[in-house]
Amino acid sequence: MTTAPTNAGALTPPPALPQDGIMNGKIGILLMITSEIAFFGTLISAYLFYIGRDINPPYAQDVLEVSIAPFKVLFNSVFLLISSVWIVLAVKAMRKGRMGAFIFWWALTVVCGAEFLVGTGMEWYGLIVVDGVWMGTNLFGSCFYTLVGFHAFHVTMGLLVLTMILILAIIGRLHPRTVEKVDLVSWYWHFVDGIWIVVFFVVYIFGNWPVK
Amino acid sequence: MSTLQQPAGPPALTGPVPFLSKLHQWVATTDHKRLGVMYVTCGIVYLIIAGLEATMMRWQLAWPGQTVLTPDEFNRLFTMHGTTMVFFVGMPILFGTANFLIPLMIGARDLAFPRLNAFGFWLFLFGSILLYFSYFGGQGLYGMGSAPDVGWFAYAPLTERTFSRGHSTDYWILGIFVASIGSTLTAINLIATILGMRCRGMTLMKMPLLVWMMLVDCLLVVVALPPLAAAQIMLIFDRLLGAHFFDTQAGGSAILWQNLFWFFGHPEVYILILPAFAFVSEIIPVFSRKVIFGYPLMVAASVAIGFISVGVWAHHMFAVGMSPMINAIFMGSTMLVGVPTGIKMFNWVATMIGGKIRFDTPMLFSTGFLCQFLLAGLSGIWLATVPFDWAVSDSYFVVGHFHYVLFGGLLFAIMAAIYFWFPKVTGRMMNETLGKWQFWILIIGFNLTFGPMHVSGMLGMPRRIYTYHEDRGWELWNLLSSIGVAFQLVAFSLFAMNLLHSCFKGRRAGDDPWDAWTLEWSTTSPPPDYNFAEEPVVHSRRPLWDLKHPEDPDWKYE
Amino acid sequence: MVQFGCVNWSAGVLATAAPVCEPTGAMQPSMFNPAGAPAETILSITWLLVVICGAIAIVMFALIAYAAIRCRQTKGNDREPAQVYGSNPIELAWTVIPLLIVFLLFMVSARGIFDLQRSTPPDGALEVTVTGHRWWWEFDYGDLGVVTAGELHVPIDDGKPADLFLTLHSADVNHSFWVPQLGGKMDVIPNHTNYLWLQSNRTGTFVGQCAEYCGNQHANMLITVIVEPRADFEAWVANQQRDAVESDAVKAGHDIFLSTACINCHTVRGTVANGTFAPDLTHIMSRTTIGSGVVRNTPDMLREWVWDPQNIKPGCDMPSMKLTRDEVDLVCAYLETLK
Repeated sequence: MTTAPTNAGALTPPPALPQDGIMNGKIGILLMITSEIAFFGTLISAYLFYIGRDINPPYAQDVLEVSIAPFKVLFNSVFLLISSVWIVLAVKAMRKGRMGAFIFWWALTVVCGAEFLVGTGMEWYGLIVVDGVWMGTNLFGSCFYTLVGFHAFHVTMGLLVLTMILILAIIGRLHPRTVEKVDLVSWYWHFVDGIWIVVFFVVYIFGNWPVK
Repeated sequence: MSTLQQPAGPPALTGPVPFLSKLHQWVATTDHKRLGVMYVTCGIVYLIIAGLEATMMRWQLAWPGQTVLTPDEFNRLFTMHGTTMVFFVGMPILFGTANFLIPLMIGARDLAFPRLNAFGFWLFLFGSILLYFSYFGGQGLYGMGSAPDVGWFAYAPLTERTFSRGHSTDYWILGIFVASIGSTLTAINLIATILGMRCRGMTLMKMPLLVWMMLVDCLLVVVALPPLAAAQIMLIFDRLLGAHFFDTQAGGSAILWQNLFWFFGHPEVYILILPAFAFVSEIIPVFSRKVIFGYPLMVAASVAIGFISVGVWAHHMFAVGMSPMINAIFMGSTMLVGVPTGIKMFNWVATMIGGKIRFDTPMLFSTGFLCQFLLAGLSGIWLATVPFDWAVSDSYFVVGHFHYVLFGGLLFAIMAAIYFWFPKVTGRMMNETLGKWQFWILIIGFNLTFGPMHVSGMLGMPRRIYTYHEDRGWELWNLLSSIGVAFQLVAFSLFAMNLLHSCFKGRRAGDDPWDAWTLEWSTTSPPPDYNFAEEPVVHSRRPLWDLKHPEDPDWKYE
Repeated sequence: MVQFGCVNWSAGVLATAAPVCEPTGAMQPSMFNPAGAPAETILSITWLLVVICGAIAIVMFALIAYAAIRCRQTKGNDREPAQVYGSNPIELAWTVIPLLIVFLLFMVSARGIFDLQRSTPPDGALEVTVTGHRWWWEFDYGDLGVVTAGELHVPIDDGKPADLFLTLHSADVNHSFWVPQLGGKMDVIPNHTNYLWLQSNRTGTFVGQCAEYCGNQHANMLITVIVEPRADFEAWVANQQRDAVESDAVKAGHDIFLSTACINCHTVRGTVANGTFAPDLTHIMSRTTIGSGVVRNTPDMLREWVWDPQNIKPGCDMPSMKLTRDEVDLVCAYLETLK
């Protein structure tokens, strides 16, 4: 390879991809969400398959309550889904460098997410202690706690990360230039909410027909 | 001045490096090249372990009615052999080679997320150790301890606590679960790297084919491994929390496990074989001295394989009692996926024809791959044909088929890849004489072991049996299979000797010992930590061809 | 049914020894020696596969050999060969032609699926409910009132093939019922009923075994199908329908049998033994094997089995009852009257 290399005549190649890590991060989070969709899809498929196949009560229709009363599932769902709105507002504020507003909206997201978990816990208390439904009771028990439980687990993990970011922001260690990374965390939070919509319909409506 | 010719790097460290420092460099590394070497090394170690497991099985089966192994021991061996080969040989070699080669081939510095890369490796390693710990801990140490004996696909309800006492199945679940999380994270890492970190000029259609196939492969991993994790969670909930997912006495479904497992399991075998396609797509052109024939069709075929492979899983369940319509649909999709695979075979052979082939060891193994994978694919078409599958499913015909795919296909391609890229990784050549001896002995041993299995399967021999009756007509074929193992032991010993000797005493390779054309050959052997001093700029799929043949560059024809 | 002929010569080519070798006088379980329509259909489709895939293999091997022999780099000839980047017509051809081949294969085979897979019995078929246990097969002949284990008897009339229609249940885990000469296999899944149509067009003894890994003794879960003239079958049924005959000569053994835990698992009709967990022993001596095929039913093997089944079929569910050798002899003398 001693001749002077030449690419004379070659078309000018397009500019290089920016290497600031933002595209990598977006692809990474999207793929992670894809893998989670595959995971939840499997749990949901199993749930759908087993609807109506219990050989002993209590059945879903006996114990699942779709109610908007405080800390019941509709109430909790509203809180969870609206937290997606708050998180969008938080990221918008951060893009404008308004960290005070960011802290406000972000904290609201955390509170609403926490309410969802508290409400879920209370619902489970009723199901386990009052109605006597647990994993081994019947197929409904196995499927319900696995699917709803894993969703709640993902909410918990998300909430932990959100809380860490909140604390960093409060103590002044979160700089607005990291907004793209914080945005990626919000994508995960939107995914958790989106999955809940599907889980809710499968568990509380479709698998609970007729709904009380 | 082309940026492809890399300026000399900084001077190497002088003086001896203390052992602990060296160890720390490896244990704490996030460098894709070191992690790649670690992955492949672990894969080779597990290959030897699983190979010895198989050797013991073939010893037991060489004659009917032998009592070399108890039924329990045999059943554990085939379970551990299959699980190890799929999860702890195939996957790490996939991720190890992808790790090492992809940044070098696309002109990048490292993977998109280097620390995540290291995390994925350690998850794999500890997951695999957890599974092997079951030999000690499976029934609790006060019992005898035992590895799982439920088969590598662990059908329920055999895996329920009623039928699998002790914790051996729990180890199967947890070991693979932990390792699979590592695999999924590494796959995400590789995709982000391929999509986001290609050097200037390298559009998607100017990437080396290896990178394309690894991209499709990693996308399959992201989609296929989580369903396995979900199924395993359901199973462990059954076993430990009293759930009823696969508890048929409570209305659970054994067939649900099969559907969920194979929804993962079939893409998994494409995940395993795509790297073989990747290696061979780089090696055959170099040794034929010709550009790969039909690059765009190769890309299209790889993507097609990725998509279709997610829709064929129930061909593992033709004998389960699904309706004729469902059987027919999956027969159709399975036959369909054979078409893009066949197309790639034609493209490789078309690359060889008209070339000026040098049969160095990598090319020998690649040609062996072509011949054996051809037979594997054809026996796969046989198995896709449902009535024939009803005759030979769960028999040794299937065992023969998938060993032709994974041993005759994947392992031969891995050997080709090791011989091809070893100089780049270590800066030394492997010994050609030993390599050729290894190849010829291995091809005899491999075909002697797995060819007769097609016959014994068609003569009625089911799989996973620890012994068989004389006079069923299977003795000759089993004896031949077991004799083949002797040849394989010799061949693998030669390989191990070659590998170890060449690491220390191999002839020094230069940057580009094979006169190849992709970017990794433009840096030193081994590459410096930073890979490229200046980011390369490419104009075609074979940047080094353009450099070496400025009068006839590729970009005029692509 | 597509008939390609050439059925018997292949059995000779591929069988490694003379056909009659199983101790029970059975044929080797080769798919190349089909005995009925389902197995013959499968073999016909197999020949089609051999032809198509054989042709593809020959062409590809020839091309690879051509490349390996005629396209090598010769000494001193270092110039790079012509770089051929592709060819649209060729690539189109080798996309379309495989698609056509696959389409053809699909059409033929799909017809085979619908022909072979039945969920209702053909007219005149013998209907048997099969229950797979770990690690033995239970056969219930329904209205005939016969329940046996390990061996299946099927009647055949002159000039007509004998149809056998099985309803498959599992008592525990997944198994698979496979008698290669009589048809394809069908899995036996708990909580899921499957059906299998088998057929024989001649008398004979056909063997098979469980084809889905079911645990420890999966290797020894054998199947024997005895296809016999209808007269013989009726005689066999009549014998099976009788209760066990009481005989004073073996009273000692009979008492041991009744007082040990044998009766918890086994049934001997006409006595108090009515366990359903293990094979029905009412006519155990009418069977040619013990332990679902693991050993032949000879006096020696029977004694070894009763002494300690774990020596013969380690891991099976029958424990050694810790009898003395004398007690074993007495029990076996009793069992030998259960013809």
